[in-house]
Amino acid sequence: MLELLWIIPALPFAGSLFLALLGRKLPRRAIACLGAGSVGICALLTGLVAISFIGHTSSHSFTYTQTLWSWLDVAGFGPSVSLHLDALSLVMILVITLVSFLIHLYSTEFMIGDADYSRFFAQMNLFVGSMLTLVLADNFLLLYLGWEGVGLCSYLLIGFWYGEPQNGYAARKAFIVTRVGDTALAIALFIIFTHLGTLRIGEVMLAARDTWPAGSPIATVTALLLLAGAVGKSAQLPLQTWLPDAMAGPTPVSALIHAATMVTAGVYLIARTNVLFMLSPAALTAVAVIGAATLVVAGFSGLVQHDIKRVLAYSTISQIGYMFLALGVGAWSAAIFHFMTHAFFKALLFLGAGCVIAATDGEHDMFKMGGLRKQMPLVFWTFLIGACSLSAVPLITAGFYSKDLIIWKAYCSARGSVWLWAAAIFGSLLTSMYTFRMVLLTFFGPLRKNATKRPGWPMSLPLVVLAVLSIAGGLVDLPKNFGGGSALTKFLTRDLPSFVTAPGRAVHQGMFGVFAACVSLGGILLIELLMRSRMYEKISESPRAKALHSFWFSGWGFDRLYDLVLVSPYAMLARINRDDVIDYFYTGLSRLSRQGWRGLCATENGRVRSFVLGIALGAAIIIGLAVFL
Amino acid sequence: MNILFYMASIVAVIATLMVILEFNPVHALLYLIVSLLSLAVIFFLLGAPFAAALEVIIYAGAIMVLFVFVVMMLNLGPRSADEERSWHPARVWFGPFLLSAALLAELLFVLRGGGGAGFGEVSPEEVGIALFGPYLLATELASMLLLSGLIGAYHLGRGYGEARRHEPGPVEESTP
Amino acid sequence: MTRIVGHVLILAAVLFFLGLIGVLVRRNIVFMLLSIEIMFNAAGLAFVAAGARWAKPDGQIMFIFIVSMAAAEVSVALALVLQMHHRLKILDTDAAKSLRG
Repeated sequence: MLELLWIIPALPFAGSLFLALLGRKLPRRAIACLGAGSVGICALLTGLVAISFIGHTSSHSFTYTQTLWSWLDVAGFGPSVSLHLDALSLVMILVITLVSFLIHLYSTEFMIGDADYSRFFAQMNLFVGSMLTLVLADNFLLLYLGWEGVGLCSYLLIGFWYGEPQNGYAARKAFIVTRVGDTALAIALFIIFTHLGTLRIGEVMLAARDTWPAGSPIATVTALLLLAGAVGKSAQLPLQTWLPDAMAGPTPVSALIHAATMVTAGVYLIARTNVLFMLSPAALTAVAVIGAATLVVAGFSGLVQHDIKRVLAYSTISQIGYMFLALGVGAWSAAIFHFMTHAFFKALLFLGAGCVIAATDGEHDMFKMGGLRKQMPLVFWTFLIGACSLSAVPLITAGFYSKDLIIWKAYCSARGSVWLWAAAIFGSLLTSMYTFRMVLLTFFGPLRKNATKRPGWPMSLPLVVLAVLSIAGGLVDLPKNFGGGSALTKFLTRDLPSFVTAPGRAVHQGMFGVFAACVSLGGILLIELLMRSRMYEKISESPRAKALHSFWFSGWGFDRLYDLVLVSPYAMLARINRDDVIDYFYTGLSRLSRQGWRGLCATENGRVRSFVLGIALGAAIIIGLAVFL
Repeated sequence: MNILFYMASIVAVIATLMVILEFNPVHALLYLIVSLLSLAVIFFLLGAPFAAALEVIIYAGAIMVLFVFVVMMLNLGPRSADEERSWHPARVWFGPFLLSAALLAELLFVLRGGGGAGFGEVSPEEVGIALFGPYLLATELASMLLLSGLIGAYHLGRGYGEARRHEPGPVEESTP
Repeated sequence: MTRIVGHVLILAAVLFFLGLIGVLVRRNIVFMLLSIEIMFNAAGLAFVAAGARWAKPDGQIMFIFIVSMAAAEVSVALALVLQMHHRLKILDTDAAKSLRG
């Protein structure tokens, strides 16, 4: 079964190509079948491959590598197009294909009214294919191809409705901001190749472990550059500004970007290159600090947004921050676990939000919604499950298990600290607050806008499936305390370094867990109380709160800062350089020849006598020169 | 003989001057023929009887007659002379005169040490031998030139003739 | 007799000078052609004088070439004059300036 691995990324690419070439001629039903079907078969195949892979558990560190063809071969540099399957990539592709399929299925109904139906599915398929290439790549060059493909597709899909100028602006912003990270990643790859002589990921890891001493500057620089790449793609501080604007795309695109593809690429990259990060404690600490800072900052911003999708965008930034925090403290498998649960509940939330937006005729502002609980019961209940999972409501939701694991490990890890733990627990409080603020505004309170549309089965089914997964997803890594066996952690530890506990801290895990659960529940209660008692309005009326509100609302002023520090000087330089000195020289040349042309034109007046005059003058001058010199 | 030369020279210069100053084309042509005839005298005096004969026969006899034909066809006469006169006030002569005078001065400066030796007569026989001897190629080229001139004149003139045939001429136009 | 050749050359120069003035000043194309004939003659005169100076036929041969060239030139030029008069109804070269660049 494992030989079929190559079909998994190939199918979405084929679907994309087919739709791009023939999409205009096909009926909508055929487009939907092709677009969702290619990813659906892909998900099915992934399941089969997974069963077959897990069947090989007899050998401890079993990996499967499939070389398709040799890409190029120049002077000892011969990257091949080959796929690499191990526990990490298997978990990734399982989640990616499953969630992507559900989103595609949802899109078949959601986008039905759009004129560019086939273009949408062609680009979505390309997106999934690129992400699968990224995850399955055996060498860094192929990974980079997928990486850039993901960036390209995000640009195309965020600007899908390119008729609106601000959508095009958001697309360009996403592309350019992530490009900053991509450049850093490319430099990191150059360094790796120059120093280690190979780009095969496995060989790089072994060679790095052998040749680079722990804490050496070269390892730190490489790890930091990789981190910069990951930060750009995963929208972490300080390159997080593109993600809230990326909401300009259709809602399924947002779901795809946030849940399955794109933003998790950074998490995957760091997990994949864990050896390099283990060699550089400084870089690993940077990962943890960035994650902790991002999750708090994004949490505050999420608390004050009006647009339902922007709340979800900030919550994604915040949750990816948790994953970075987990990576930074060495809890590799916890990060991947949270990636998985996050993919389920974030896709669910986005798809639910999409239903709400579609039902209220494209209304994004939560303050203009309300009371939709009765009108859309299915959407409400599934959305509520997603929100609970995001807020880590204890015991019943998947989000609780993954997030609690991270919070606990931020404290008890050998690399952890009380501060990281405090940030994580505070972030948890914020998460519950902004999540239930969103739920309360949208589904409770007075009815402000009637729901005009009810989702059909292609939109409802993904909601239900994802809701089930958002609850049951936690079971795969149920810790010992709850009678589980931490199956996912065990499975992933075959390829990822195992977690190191700080001596003396690994006690009172139960107490910490209860505290974290209380905090998340407390956050929900707090926001409920504030909203019900009209305290929320009162607080937001005060001038100081207003200033803070607008500060958080604009994402902590990062956009303005970048505009001031980077964009304006750049634009000014460009304006100065528009007609630069060198150009003056060349325009001067052209102006000179133009003047010469004009002068010569004047002599060409068509009068025969003038011509004769010229001849006589020339003769006089030449004879004069000959005679008198 | 010297006197004859100087007389002929003076006649040539005066006649030429009259050509460029005259406003009536017919008069100018007649002056030019006088100038050519006086040049023929000079040629004869220089011991070049063949050249003198050619000057009279071809230049004065054939080329100038062509001009006369054209002037007659175009019906140029006193009417155009008035127009000519209006075109040439005294001041237009000044600049060209200065330029040409400079050129003349240069030429005279170059020629100041010229001459010196005497000269003998060159008979038409010698000319003919040289023409069809060492200059044969040049002669052939000259014949080609004349042929091309013939064809060119025929081509240009034919268009004129046909145009006249097809559309009413200027004379018929003016009668009603 | 010895100085005559020099004087002939001076005469040729004077005639050439007169012809040049004529071409430069006159606007009527017939007069310009006449002036050009004068210049041809002046050149021919210089050739004949030079041939006479060395008692060689070459000067006269050059004169013959000049005459043949003048004949060809005049035939074409006069055809052009006819065309110009027919099409533009003028003989003024200043007015006929379609060659303007």
